[in-house]
Amino acid sequence: MSPTSSQKPSSTRRTRRTRRQLARTLRALAAWAVGLAMFFPIAWMLLTSFKTELEAFSTPPRFAFEPTLENYRQILERANYLHYAFNSIVTAGGATLLGMLVAVPAAYAFAFHPTARTRSTLLWMLSTKMLPGVGVLVPIYLLARDTNLLDSRTALILVFTLVNLPIMVWMIYTYFRDVPADIVEAAKMDGAGTWETLRDVLLPVCRGGLASTALLCLILSWNESFWSLNLTTSHAAPLSALVASFSSPEGLFWAKLSAVSTLACAPILVLGWLSQRQLVRGLTFGAVK
Amino acid sequence: MSASSRRARVQPERLLGQPAVVLLLLWMIVPLAMTVYFSTQYFNLLYPKKSSFVGLENFAYFFTYPSFWTSVLNTVLLVGSVLAITVVFGVLISVLVDEHFPGQGIVRMLLVSPFFIMPTVAALAWKNLLMNPVSGFFAWIARAFGATPVNWFADWPLLSVILVVAWEWLPFAILIFVTALQSMDREQKEAAQMDGARAWAIFRYLTLPHLGRPIAVVVMVEAIFLLNVFAEIFVTTNGGPGDATTNVPFLVYTQALLEFDVGAASAGGLVAVVLANIVAVFLIRLIGQSLTARSGAPS
Repeated sequence: MSPTSSQKPSSTRRTRRTRRQLARTLRALAAWAVGLAMFFPIAWMLLTSFKTELEAFSTPPRFAFEPTLENYRQILERANYLHYAFNSIVTAGGATLLGMLVAVPAAYAFAFHPTARTRSTLLWMLSTKMLPGVGVLVPIYLLARDTNLLDSRTALILVFTLVNLPIMVWMIYTYFRDVPADIVEAAKMDGAGTWETLRDVLLPVCRGGLASTALLCLILSWNESFWSLNLTTSHAAPLSALVASFSSPEGLFWAKLSAVSTLACAPILVLGWLSQRQLVRGLTFGAVK
Repeated sequence: MSASSRRARVQPERLLGQPAVVLLLLWMIVPLAMTVYFSTQYFNLLYPKKSSFVGLENFAYFFTYPSFWTSVLNTVLLVGSVLAITVVFGVLISVLVDEHFPGQGIVRMLLVSPFFIMPTVAALAWKNLLMNPVSGFFAWIARAFGATPVNWFADWPLLSVILVVAWEWLPFAILIFVTALQSMDREQKEAAQMDGARAWAIFRYLTLPHLGRPIAVVVMVEAIFLLNVFAEIFVTTNGGPGDATTNVPFLVYTQALLEFDVGAASAGGLVAVVLANIVAVFLIRLIGQSLTARSGAPS
């Protein structure tokens, strides 16, 4: 407290306090307003998914209505939602699994057995992430076509893995690098080999980091749209492609579009909420903590 | 002798990095080499027998094609506007939600949610549920104020795409800035407040400098992703009306998979690669600095 403020009459101090209180309340209200506004499109979509098609299209928009599960029932039956959901689960899950199998050993080698070239190798890996999809769209499309992998889950798994691999290696690398070297050295002294060190020391210590890396890869693969739209037609098409198929019959199936969108996004949204803090690390390659 | 035995002991562990390196090398070199090769060929998927060497003709075709320059301009406008929107509003919103208030955790969850929505869903929800000129939510608001509803995707196609993409990426900026603000020196800020510093002065001289590096990271990372925006355009405007919302990725897609002109598409793809690499050089330098800055810690 500066001496001048304590000399001031108590009434001034009180108005200042109420003014600060008011500012704080306004600030909280503003924060809530911005949060709700950002979330509104999602909330509106969720709401629309429980309307009838007629209510979804009505003007002015309906806020009060009798919620129906009809859209979800029809989506599950007619749009063959489960086929696409299965493709999403297999491709995103497969890419995550494969990615972890390749990324964890690589991150281990880079973090604990660095060579003179490790730094440039890591930066080079990051640079492959900068390769725009369209730059390699034609060859990948032709390669997939010539190996009969067009519209196959295998092709999507491979592409998703390769697209996310740099991020995964980086993210796990930043977690491994934070492990005190003493722990690893101690394990070595006790005669633990590479596999034992990895399994008994690093994996338990970095469990949280590895989980969030896998989660990030899962989220990115699940939402990936460029490759899934260009490499699949129907057999291997994931949910992002199913939703896109609703873009043609304009405006007629809003409620069903909302239902299928909700089903496609809900699991990932929940995963995102749970892991938002850890995701920052992966998304910025550890450059912001 | 000891040196060679140590090398023999260490070598197998270094090999663990090889699968990742080899896979990424293949992923980069093979398709890129093919793209370079195709870009010098007349090669149409409809007439696969007719392919022949044409030198730089595909590039000449692209550079004299009016849609190409429109698509470059659209790409720059899209990336630039979304970056400006997300950085400015990202900083303001992060500062707003940084101090404790009731429901802070929930508000942050609401704020970052759009980032986890898949692009096709985001684009369709905005186009149909919000921006539809007849029964969209925005039309209703406009009418409630006695205004004429805007026919978003018909009259302002590029602006509409920009708004959708900005909505998707603003949460990313908020996520990064909120995290960065948490590491800010609270005591320094409180001391400044005690000294009677106004909110603006604190923001200008403490907060903004602290956010300098995160802002740079956001700009670089977003630029890489925004140069590749595709699904949002694919499901909303299909590049139109005319070529009003065609960006470079979308133009390459139309050349390759709609007109089957592999040669021209490859030339366009290489242009996209060059664009992305200009941005990438800066990002790599930025990340590389942080790597050296903290490389003293391990081993």
